[in-house]
This record gives sequence, structure tokens and C-alpha cells, in this order.
Amino acid sequence: MAYAIEMLHITKDFPGIRANDDITLQVEENTVHALLGENGAGKSTLMSILFGLYQPTSGTIKVNGKEVKISDPNVANDLGIGMVHQHFKLIECFTVTENIILGKEPRTKLGTVDMKKAREKVVELSKRYGLQVDPDAKISNITVGMQQRVEILKMLYRDAKILIFDEPTAVLTPQEITELMQIMQNLVKEGKTILLITHKLKEIKAAAQKCTVLRKGRCIGTIDVKDTSEEKMAEMMVGRVVSFMVDRPEARPGDVYLDVDHLNVKGAKGTLAVKDFSLKIRAGEIVGLAGIDGNGQTELAFALTGMTKIESGTVKFMGEDVTHASIMSHYRHDMCHVPEDRHKHGLILDFTLKENYVVHSYMEEPFSKNGVIKMKAIDEYADRLSEEYDVRSGEGKDTITRSMSGGNQQKAIVAREFDRNSKIMIVVQPTRGLDVGAIELVRKKIVEQRDKGAAVLLISLELDEIMNLSDRIAVIHNGSLSGLVMNKDVTENEIGLMMSGGLSKFDEEAKI
Amino acid sequence: MTSKKHSTLVVSLIAVILGILVGCVILMVTGRNPLNIFVALIRSLTGFSINNPDRGINMMYPLNWLLSSMPVILTGLSVAFAYRTGLFNIGGEGQYIAGSIACAAVALLIDLPPVIHTIACVIAAALAGALWAFLPGFLKAFRNINEVVICVMMNYIALYFNDWFVRSFLPIDEFTLARTVNFPETVSLGNLGFGTASQFNYGIIFVIIAVIVFWFVMEKTTFGYSLRATGFNSEGSRYAGMKNRRNTVLSMMIAGAFTGVAAAIVLIGNYSYGRIYTGFDNFGFDGISVALVGGANAFGVLASGLLFGLMAASETQFQILGIPSEVSDLIQAAIIIFVAMQYGIRLILDFLDRKTMKDKVKEVA
Repeated sequence: MAYAIEMLHITKDFPGIRANDDITLQVEENTVHALLGENGAGKSTLMSILFGLYQPTSGTIKVNGKEVKISDPNVANDLGIGMVHQHFKLIECFTVTENIILGKEPRTKLGTVDMKKAREKVVELSKRYGLQVDPDAKISNITVGMQQRVEILKMLYRDAKILIFDEPTAVLTPQEITELMQIMQNLVKEGKTILLITHKLKEIKAAAQKCTVLRKGRCIGTIDVKDTSEEKMAEMMVGRVVSFMVDRPEARPGDVYLDVDHLNVKGAKGTLAVKDFSLKIRAGEIVGLAGIDGNGQTELAFALTGMTKIESGTVKFMGEDVTHASIMSHYRHDMCHVPEDRHKHGLILDFTLKENYVVHSYMEEPFSKNGVIKMKAIDEYADRLSEEYDVRSGEGKDTITRSMSGGNQQKAIVAREFDRNSKIMIVVQPTRGLDVGAIELVRKKIVEQRDKGAAVLLISLELDEIMNLSDRIAVIHNGSLSGLVMNKDVTENEIGLMMSGGLSKFDEEAKI
Repeated sequence: MTSKKHSTLVVSLIAVILGILVGCVILMVTGRNPLNIFVALIRSLTGFSINNPDRGINMMYPLNWLLSSMPVILTGLSVAFAYRTGLFNIGGEGQYIAGSIACAAVALLIDLPPVIHTIACVIAAALAGALWAFLPGFLKAFRNINEVVICVMMNYIALYFNDWFVRSFLPIDEFTLARTVNFPETVSLGNLGFGTASQFNYGIIFVIIAVIVFWFVMEKTTFGYSLRATGFNSEGSRYAGMKNRRNTVLSMMIAGAFTGVAAAIVLIGNYSYGRIYTGFDNFGFDGISVALVGGANAFGVLASGLLFGLMAASETQFQILGIPSEVSDLIQAAIIIFVAMQYGIRLILDFLDRKTMKDKVKEVA
């Protein structure tokens, strides 16, 4: 079979580091080929080379059998290589059609944009590949899944033959993920070639034929997906045996620690983002909150941690009313908070790692005394945390956190928050951007905290994570609680339906 | 991405050198001798005249250099302190005048023994500067009103308030009617002129204390830690539970206090009477440049304050050597531009590094 892309013996050196070391990637035509690797394994570097953003130090690239030199992204586009980015690059106030044609608009004789022709082309493409979109809807009014289809259509409109999907499922619901898998199959049927970058093994199993695994800049091997188990792939990626299912003994819940009663919270737009939301969480249990991104999770987490004003309702920490208390007083009531946005909230990016470790506790002994910082104590503490949570950085604890990789930034936040051993834990997207090994570590730590008696609210967009860790599962849809069930009695499909508002289910056993 | 290995110090030094080179080029283009710049700078720095070497060293020049550096170091600290908290203190002129009013009032209206009287004047000036900076800080913190707008308005309020206050409440000098009577002898910063005509004085002690206080508070205390956190990422520090609003107000007030001290030192050391301002002294605005060049840290500001003081002190030398004093302004401006371009300078340094690295690799091969 012919190869659509061949990257042969690619080596890329950066000052002081070899990011790609003799990597060979051969993608057969009309297949879905997965590229698997941990953070920092060299996936992005390799794709940047394919896209013309970097030049390889050595090695050759062939497209459709012909050797090419991809000097910049325009060359890649001309060669029919298109990329669907993880973070969509769409203009919110434009319509679907306008977004798709942007930069390559069909013209009328007068030189104005021929919207009629553009629309026809979009409709035709969407029919042919089974990509359902509303060509006249504004981006701000359509679902994330549809936005992604718009991104794909953008590439197809530009006659891309080879589509690179960069972590495409990170923002989708389970149903949307299934749809995307179907779309990929359709695309392959229509003669396209797909390169899928992901760290989700399940999706590789479902969609890809071949998979190339990278580890620490080297190519570990290319495998036939149908002959290889998920465990084996994970082992190739991390370099050791990884357990996916965190060992989670039966929960032994105690008193109610977190009591949320009829909570109403306004969102940024001034409308209610959290509506009449009630939930109780007991010591020693993990309650997972599932939901599609943007259904009020962010506002709920902010309201529980004191970061936003509460319209009505109450929040109690261990019986004490903290509804209108300051953020500091929330922490004093023994709460910790792993925030959703690690750059905006979780870290002071221009601070060093060790300074970031003490953002809550710098006022306390031994980190300071009489208002004077005790750097030695902070140094020691930082060394211990980095060690325990495997936080890696170029210059150790003195590294400016801005220069750390996303995964290590996240681990640093988790380390800081978990090490406080709080009674109430508000944990939002704790494993976002982490690789398999780090995910395993963080999940273990969450269960460990539970077993120490913490009440854990786990808010995550990853349904796997919710199903894996939670004792009870709450589902939020459009700001309201649309389900509260025991994890053991529910299927992934049911949760998916509750997330999209198609089902409302409340177990008797799950109610307190 | 650029590396951080080229420190702010190196970048600032390069900016200074480039700025002076720009001055040289301007002089060459206008047909003057560019080397005169160095003759003037060396005279101001060391008191040694290259053109008249037999005259030896005149200490007056270096002392005057230090004298003119004192206020800009203090106003530089002021701007830098606010800047580290994410605030732009462009209200230095107002805080300076407020400080000067308080200083004159305490000097003329209260009787105190020597030394204590002087210290009381300086403290009053610091408090007045802080008070003047309170409103911009408060409005920023609690009403989210841009501090720059309020600061600029406060500058003009100070200017006219000064006129009314001094004429209404302080004894006016009968002959000129444009200033107060002289301060009593109990208010004095002494003279450290070492027999020269320089007015250099014990104000330098306050400057040194201010630099150390700035460094200690900003880098060593929990308060400074939270100020820096607020400055880098106010949402992040809010998440951490820090009191951003309180920090904003306090940071502005401390900044104002530094400027107030500058006013007292100038007023007592150089004038010894209460002034009725008709315009700004510009020390507050100069502080912005000083803070920028000094990288907004204590010792950087000290160094850059000394640099800007040197420029100011060299102006007479420039004129004697036929260099228009505008060239001194021009060099200052060029330095500021080059510092603002520090990202570019870093890029160039990184590029040069990589080139030499490549050459080395070639040599090895």
C-alpha cells in the first residue's frame, strides 16, 4: 500500500536537548494512524516539523512518495495537509459558512464575496462527508461538537487530503466522541488520510488501524492496533506497566462536610448559570460531577470556593455557613481547591515553583515568621513536594513556572493543594493535560485523600475519570442537577444522556 | 522563546551604552565633537577634567552628581514599588508637591529641637505623599477606576492646592511674595560639601534607608510576596486568598511616601523655604524612567537613579563644551527606548549566543 506521509529518520535538536531522535513515521493512505505519547515525548515537535514550523536537523519527509521540503505552513497547506487544532480557531460572531470560507472566499464578478456559492459548497461538503452543520448559524450559538465539524470542514474546503487531529476529543461528550469516530471512518472512506494525536487509548482502539508510539523523543514502535491491547500500548508509551483502574476500596462515608442548598449563581452574562442546585457530600466519599463544558460547573466551583458572589441559597462547610465568606475564610475552613484554569488562577506564572508552592501558606510558620519570609523552610518544603508528586522542571524549585510544561504545572498545583490535607476538596479537572503516568499518580492521591476522611467534589469533563473515581455521580445540565446516582448502578451511556439533558435520574440510595 | 540567562542588568547596561552612542551620532551629524560627551560625563563622575588635567580633581562635581541623583532614586523607588504590584504611579508630581507642602508646614509652624525637627519634616512629607496616593489606590481597588487618570488629576489638584495652602497658612516672604520665609535653623540636612560649593547633604541617609526598606519589604517579607503576586497575576492572588484590594491601596500609599521623602530632601537641602510651584519639578515623571531602566528592583533603581542623576548633573558641563543640553535629554530618551526594547535586545543576544555556539561546533567538526 502507498504511503501518504513518510517522515524518515527525523532528528530535531534544540539547544541542549534532542526533541526527536531518529523517528520514522509512515502513514498509509486511507487509514487512521494514531500518534501516541506522553507529554514531552516529542509529538508536537514532530507535527510542527510536518507542518513546516520547524526544520528537522536531519531526516527526510515524503508526501505521496515524493520527497518534499516543508519550509513553512503554507507549503504544508499546498501539499494538502490540514490540521484540526485542539483549541478551535473560529470567529465567534461569524456564521459557519463565513468561518469555513475565510481566507479563500469565492468571488463574484464584481469582486465581492459570493455567499450563495460559498453556502452551496459548504452544504455539499457537509452532505458528502456526513458532517452535520447549520451553515447559517453563528459559531457562538452552536455546540462544541458542531464547532469541531466546522473546523474539519474548513480543512476539507481547502482540499486537504491528509488531516491531522490534535487531541480532538478533549472537549466532547461521549455521544459526540462516537459521532467523531464515525466521521473519521467516513473521511477515510472518501479517500482521506487521518493522523490522530491522542493519549486516549480507547479512541485509538476504536478508530485507528496503526499506531506509532513515541517516548522521550524516540520512536518505540509502530503497531497494528487490532492486535495490541490497551495495556500493552500504555506500557509502550510510559515504559512500565500502568494500572488504569485506581484501586478504590468501598467508601465509608461519615458526616456531611459539604452542604450545598438551593444554590443560585449568576454567570458572566448576568443570567443564572447555576440554578437551584443542592448537593451534600460526606467525609470519606468522592462525588463526581459530570457535565458538558459550560453547563455551570465553573460557576459552581467558584461559588463553593468563595470566588464569586452567590445570589441565593447556602453553602455550609462542616455545618458552618460560608455562603458569603471571603476566599481566605474558605481556606481557613479547611478547603482546598484545584482550579479549572491553571494559568489564570492556579499559578502565579512569573513566580518560581517554590513561591507557587506557598501561595496559601506563606503567612504561616515555618514559611514566615513575624512577616518575614523564611526561604530555607520554603526550599525544603518545595524539594519534598516536587519529589513526592514527581514535579519536573529545568532549574528545580527555582524555575519560573511559566517555563514549565503544562503537565508539570498541573502536578505542581495538585501537589500544593493535596498536601494541605484539607477536609473539603473542590477538585476541578485535576488531570487535564497530564499523561498516563501522571494521571495514575493524581487519581491515586485523590482516593488517598478520600480514605483520610476528606469530602471530595470532583468536577471533570472526562467521563472516564468520573466513572473511575466517584462513589456517587451527580450530573449537571444547564445549571441544574439532572441526576444523582450511585456509580455502581449506572452505565456510561446513561450518564451521557443525563449530561445532554435527555434523561433525569435520581437514585434513592444516592440521596442523603 | 528567549532565555532568561541575559539578566536585566546586562540588558540595561547595553541600553545605556546604545543610548550614549545615539548621542554621539547626533553630535557627529551636527558637526560637533562626540568625544565631548565623555569628557563631560567623566568630569561629572570624578571631578577630573580631561581638557585641563593640571587642575586636578574637583570634588564638587561628583558630590553634585550624588545630590541630583537623590530625588530621582526616591521617585524611581516610588514608581517601581507600585509597578511591582501591577500599578502605574504617574501621580509622582502630585505626591511630591503634597510632600513639600507638609514639609514646609511642619518646618514653619511647629517648634522642635534640631534633628528631630528635620526628621519630623521628612516623616510629614512621607505621610502627605502617601495620603495623596491614597485616593487613586482606593478608587482603583474598590471602584476599578484606572489609577493613571486619577493620578494625573491629582497632580494638578496638588499644584493649585499648594498655591492656595501656602499663601493662606504659611508665612510668606515679604520681598518676593513668591515663597515662604526661610526655614528655622532647626530644620536642616547639614552640608557634606567637604569645603566645596556643593549642597550635598545628609539627605543621602534617607535615600539609603529607602533603598534598603524597598528591598527588604519587597523581597523578604510576606507583605512584599503578596504584593508581587498581586502584581503578576491579580486573579491568581485572589484565588490564593490574598487581599488584593488592601494591597493595591497600601502599595500606592507606600509609593507616595517614597516620593514625599524626595520632596522633603529637595526642599530642605536645596531651598530651605516653602515653595509656591508654578509648574512641576518633573522628579515624579523622571521616576518612571528610572524605575523602567532599573528593572523595578531596589538596587537596579539605585543604579539607574545614579545614571539619570549623572545626566542631570552633566548638563552644565555639556553646555560649557558646546553640547546643547537637549542632547542630554536625547540620550536619556534613547536609553529609555532601548530599555523598552529589551525583549529585542535579548533576542539579539540569544542569536549571537547561538551563532557562536554553531561556530564552535564547526570548529570541533
